[in-house]
Amino acid sequence: MVPLSYYLLLSGILFVCGVLGFLIKRNIITIFMSIELMLNGVNLSFVAFAAHWHALRGQIFVFFVMVVAAAEAAVGLAIIIAVYRTRETLNVDQVNLLKL
Amino acid sequence: MLHLILFLVFGAICVAGAINLLTQRHPIDSALSLVVVMASLAVEYLLLGAEFVAAVQVIVYAGAIMVLFVLVIMLLNAGVEERTKGSRIAVLLGVPGVVIAGVLVAWILLHRVNAAPVPIGAQPGDPRDIARILFHDFLLPFEITSVLIMIAILGAVVLASRPEAVVKRASAEASKAAPELVGAGKEH
Amino acid sequence: MTIPAFIVISIIKSALVIFVLLTAVAYSVWLERKVSAHIQNRWGPTRVGPFGLLQPLADGFKFMFKEDLTQPHVYKPLYIAAPMIAVVLAITSISVVPFGNWLYIPEIHLGTWLGHTLTISEIETPLQITDINIGLLAILGITSMGVYGVALAGWSSNSKYSLLGGLRASAQMISYEVSLGISLIPILIKSGSFSLRDIVESQAHLHWNLWSTPYLYFPFGIIAFFTYLISAYAETNRTPFDLPEAESELVAGYHTEYSAMKFAMFFMAEYANMVTVACLATLLFFGGWMGPVFGPPILQMVLPLLWFGLKVFFFMFLYVWVRWTLPRFRYDQLMAFGWKFLLPLAVANVIFTALVVALRS
Repeated sequence: MVPLSYYLLLSGILFVCGVLGFLIKRNIITIFMSIELMLNGVNLSFVAFAAHWHALRGQIFVFFVMVVAAAEAAVGLAIIIAVYRTRETLNVDQVNLLKL
Repeated sequence: MLHLILFLVFGAICVAGAINLLTQRHPIDSALSLVVVMASLAVEYLLLGAEFVAAVQVIVYAGAIMVLFVLVIMLLNAGVEERTKGSRIAVLLGVPGVVIAGVLVAWILLHRVNAAPVPIGAQPGDPRDIARILFHDFLLPFEITSVLIMIAILGAVVLASRPEAVVKRASAEASKAAPELVGAGKEH
Repeated sequence: MTIPAFIVISIIKSALVIFVLLTAVAYSVWLERKVSAHIQNRWGPTRVGPFGLLQPLADGFKFMFKEDLTQPHVYKPLYIAAPMIAVVLAITSISVVPFGNWLYIPEIHLGTWLGHTLTISEIETPLQITDINIGLLAILGITSMGVYGVALAGWSSNSKYSLLGGLRASAQMISYEVSLGISLIPILIKSGSFSLRDIVESQAHLHWNLWSTPYLYFPFGIIAFFTYLISAYAETNRTPFDLPEAESELVAGYHTEYSAMKFAMFFMAEYANMVTVACLATLLFFGGWMGPVFGPPILQMVLPLLWFGLKVFFFMFLYVWVRWTLPRFRYDQLMAFGWKFLLPLAVANVIFTALVVALRS
């Protein structure tokens, strides 16, 4: 028997790692992956609460979070490709001017 | 007992993958450690009884979204990350701050939240039951997400396609650089 | 059944199934060489053993003793991991495939020893490593993870042919994965369950004396069967969709820089994927292990396995036959076919089936 707080703790650790990755990494793609890590942490806490309160809606919401994450990943990666084509760099520190 | 062992083992794999994502310098290593995190999260979902969500996690997240990430990294030939002054400051200030915030959240979770045990397979997520709720109570959000996916596809195709001027300029340069090759093709 | 007995039986079943799968993979190489030879009006392997039946053994020895060249310019961790990922995923997907009915062995008394009576407890176990109720989704998930083996192999080899082959192969695999999944939806609508055992058993509803009604007989079943088969051929990178690994096109595509054992692992992964596709096709469309069953109980347990094996063999033969009969698609033709023809056809099939099932009930 695993207490609910253990699941939430794991979800919190994943979320914290995602935030850390977002702050300290300099590659656009890695920053984007940290966002996906944050979303995964949140998904885990949704499923844990669904199991705790015997509400299937938690799992339905995870389904929707995954769909939105997929759409966001597709558009975000397309934007990254477009940015790479114009700026020739993937380093976030060098993409800091609106006009080239 | 077995439940606790499985949870701890796969939880440790999750955390190890997340920390590996932070410490690796090449984006492809970070992407692969994220795949490991997602796969072990799928096992955690199975422990909580959410079998359909676990399967969808593997198919959609680990099998499609991360493949997209890996393909983009391959396409753009992303190299090793460089250490700049900005990144050093971010590590110096960011890591302690976020870790302190994380420890605070963990303390609250472990002491305040109702620590009721969640048995293995607590909420069975049979595809039949999920479908019943998804297509009855959540039909409107479902249809809206299908529109969202279509918009995302259109947006991705438009954003990632080469603009016309670049295509024409590239072909013009190629024919200027090697006119004899272009002419030779036409001769034959 | 007690937990220790369950664990022991699961280990025995897994070992047996993996052994049979690896043997099937080795002999599908033999099958390919023989069938392709006869299609091309020559003999194929005849020297090693009768009809060349020991040829896979000779091939295995050759691969083990070949020189394992590892170029200095490859990205080592992924270069070594990619074939392992491919092989492990290809073999894992056989774990949810049911081979036959339930196996029932009554209790056996072994006698007494030091005052304790020894018995082997009665065994009642399905002929399947595990019957999870999302079996079909599990296979789809494992197939979608199989793209990583190809993509990482192409990228880590650090060579232009490998990179191009890897990108093309992974783009082809993820495109046809969509139509693969959607083409299986009419079967799910009709049978009402993801579990592979339930799908096969729901095909036994209208049984005539010897034969059940497999899903192939329904019109939606035929369209679903052909879309599934075409998508599966493209998923496993087999002709006519094998541009990414064709020898005349990209040297050898994503496995150009691999030699000896690692190349053999890619080879094994491709044939193991073919075996999985053949197993799925028989389970979903041809009735799995259904067939004429007669005789004493021991024969009744063994005959379904025989029918299953024969149907899978037919699908492997079909794979080789198609490979050596049809020419190859060009890459843009391949992608256009997948997205512009196969996907709308699969979706139309789903709508049609859903309408028919909804209007009938």
